[in-house]
Amino acid sequence: MTGPREPWYDDAAGPLVRPFAVTRGRTNTNWRDLDMITLVVSARWDSSIERMDREYGEIVRMCGRPISVAEVSAALSLPLAVTKILVGDLIEGGYLIFRTPPAPTAFPVPNIQLLQAVLDGVRKL
Amino acid sequence: MVSENSEASEVSAAAVKVLIAGGFGVGKTTMVGAVSEVAPLRTEEVLSEKSEVVDDLRGVEAKTTTTVALDFGRITINSDLILYIFGTPGQERFWFLWDELCRGALGAIVLADTRRLDNSFAAVDYFENRGVNFVVAVNCFDGAPLHTIEEVRDALDLDPAIPIRLCDARDRESSKAVLLTLLEHLMRKARAQLGMPV
Repeated sequence: MTGPREPWYDDAAGPLVRPFAVTRGRTNTNWRDLDMITLVVSARWDSSIERMDREYGEIVRMCGRPISVAEVSAALSLPLAVTKILVGDLIEGGYLIFRTPPAPTAFPVPNIQLLQAVLDGVRKL
Repeated sequence: MVSENSEASEVSAAAVKVLIAGGFGVGKTTMVGAVSEVAPLRTEEVLSEKSEVVDDLRGVEAKTTTTVALDFGRITINSDLILYIFGTPGQERFWFLWDELCRGALGAIVLADTRRLDNSFAAVDYFENRGVNFVVAVNCFDGAPLHTIEEVRDALDLDPAIPIRLCDARDRESSKAVLLTLLEHLMRKARAQLGMPV
């Protein structure tokens, strides 16, 4: 990364070891094609979440507004790959709904409307 | 691609991303922070067994998890559109991550340091080879020897159509101007491709 910051998490032996304990050792997921900017929003909450691992409840709680898989990952300090598995579990359970990112180029036609919306938005910042 | 959950209402918002690439220490995360509405967030990607980055892990189980950090920011354009800005890992050994980062990206900013222009070659080559549209921003560090934009263009062997601008990655307005330069460049390319007036 940039600056003096070290890209390797020397101080984070926990995250190096723990992530796949959360997923009970699973490293594969049907949700592998979730993108890091796939947006997720909570769809329902019921008491069954309380009986699941803590991370599941935290994810559903933080998804009251649309946030990306990457933001979930950052908030939980879990790697993207692990986050995708947990988010996938919650989608399958009906707790989250999701939206895959739109194609910036609807091949071979560029998505002008999308670009214009982003351009207008940044101009207004 | 997995199908969306049909039992619940759809997520109406959409997310897009742009990348900030460049050599190690050139100020990518600084620029992310300058334009983001939140302090830069950090996520990690796990090295997969297929990565080429196993040298120092040789002999260790392939599923050993080693992580590389990605810093990113967020700009909420409106209730239906979110722009994410990702800094790419600055070291070449993490390039396997760039493929996922580039997938679906609108375009990229190559942040360059004129004291170490050669650190920008890799990013420029990568984006040119993948057909990812990009602009170049020269981060003017205090006291950095300033080259003219044309000198930078020559050094990087850039097509005249690719915008280059000077910036201060710490400054919000300056970084925003770079982001606008990229978006306007993307729009020009898109309109040209569609045969619309540029």
